[in-house]
Amino acid sequence: MIWRKLVNWIMFALTGLCALATVSVLFFILGYLLWYGSRSLSWSFLTHLPTPAGEAGGGMANAILGTGKLLLLTTLMGVPAGFLAGVYLSEFGRGSFPAVVRYTADLLNGVPSIVIGIFAYAIVVKPMRHFSALAGAVALSIMVIPITMRTTEQFLRAVPQTLREGALALGASQWKTVASVVIPAGFRGVLTGTILGVARVAGETAPLLFTSFSNQYWSSGWNQPTASLPVMIFNYAISPYDDWHRQAWAAGLVLLALMLTANVAARLVLSPKVNQNA
Amino acid sequence: MPDKLRVSHLNFHYGDNHVLHDVSLAIPPRQVTALIGPSGCGKSTFLRTLNRMHETVRNAHAVGELLLDGEDMLAMDVVSLRRRVGMVFQKSNPFPKSIFDNVAYGLRVNGWRRHHSLAESVERSLRRAALWDEVKDQLHDSAYALSGGQQQRLCIARALAVDPEVLLLDEPCSALDPIATAKIEELMFTLKDTCTLLIVTHNMQQAARVAEHTGFFLLGKLIEFDRTEVIFKRPARRETEDYITGRFG
Repeated sequence: MIWRKLVNWIMFALTGLCALATVSVLFFILGYLLWYGSRSLSWSFLTHLPTPAGEAGGGMANAILGTGKLLLLTTLMGVPAGFLAGVYLSEFGRGSFPAVVRYTADLLNGVPSIVIGIFAYAIVVKPMRHFSALAGAVALSIMVIPITMRTTEQFLRAVPQTLREGALALGASQWKTVASVVIPAGFRGVLTGTILGVARVAGETAPLLFTSFSNQYWSSGWNQPTASLPVMIFNYAISPYDDWHRQAWAAGLVLLALMLTANVAARLVLSPKVNQNA
Repeated sequence: MPDKLRVSHLNFHYGDNHVLHDVSLAIPPRQVTALIGPSGCGKSTFLRTLNRMHETVRNAHAVGELLLDGEDMLAMDVVSLRRRVGMVFQKSNPFPKSIFDNVAYGLRVNGWRRHHSLAESVERSLRRAALWDEVKDQLHDSAYALSGGQQQRLCIARALAVDPEVLLLDEPCSALDPIATAKIEELMFTLKDTCTLLIVTHNMQQAARVAEHTGFFLLGKLIEFDRTEVIFKRPARRETEDYITGRFG
């Protein structure tokens, strides 16, 4: 009797402690970043170009814009492909082919990001003979496709079959049913998954190291080496300058703020309060 | 009057499972025909075959002759068949759209674009489904704001908007209270002037109230098909009598 109660209590304490540890890690990271990052974060950090080594001040405006550019291009290239593939898996796939696609996507999802970087280097950077935003976006797109595909499939599958039958019974073709009933019904979920997917690759460093590379200046167009926040953090953190270390903290804070914003935005999209239809 | 629908020797399989055995019957036009029988007897499957909704299910296979006004339904383009043979489902399934857009859906799919005639047609369909007076001031609100009975009448209005020749109703009242049920039964009487109706129901009183003809299904076979009063007062088959008197099922 006593023993049973004791075991119960110990397990409660142990599981609770681990749960607490998980939460504290996040808050520890957040606090650490806020502490170090906020001291170097300033208006000029957000609006100025990096200064040459040894010269104090300057900022990472080009990297913030560069990350935005990379993500925009990734969203334009990777998300439509992943989305349509997800629609295929959920609505059209028959036989064994969808199972193959699903399994391959899961494998692709597990490929180390540095390997994807090497691949993008081989198919984009080498033929073009220079680093570019485009090459970086190709690498990130490869990562975003399986994420978008699986979340799209998952949320479209959750749309009740009765809605599909209702549309088909009115003489809608299968594509019409999918486009006008199924996708709108699952759209919020798909959008949420997509935002989270893009936010996940926003912090990837390895695939960008030898694709978009980095740049101390503004880069125009899609065809030049482009600075991005993760790569800047990497370069600045391993440099010998204290001022650069501080700036790396600030960049980390900006990157984290972007991802948290995306997360909160995704939750708002999914919350029932803003949804008029369900 | 020639039969609206004629089914001969229909056999239906889900994979290896033989669900309907050699079903043959003829449905007269502009009347209500009820299909009754215990759960799993194949009556819903039979109904779904009539607008080929079974084709959405993998491994489903129908063999036999199905004629709509003498035309082979299995050879017809499935989209044009479904425009002539509409369906209302057991659980109301309005789209996550406004009331107006729900009713207009079938019309838009059929290529209607002019807003003026669309609005007229939506109003006419909602009136025929006896829903207009309840929703006319909230046409652009979500269909999910309606009650269960209203949603089911909205689904009927949506099916009526494309002017189907045949309307299939798969236990349309099973989730509704008696008042909503009465409204839908009343509605079926008024729809008969333009439409041939087939209703699957578990409620034998309902079959007796609304249908001119009734078919009794058991274990995938059509046991008996006759005028409703014959089925309920002097059924020819022992199984039918057992079922309607509640001795089993």
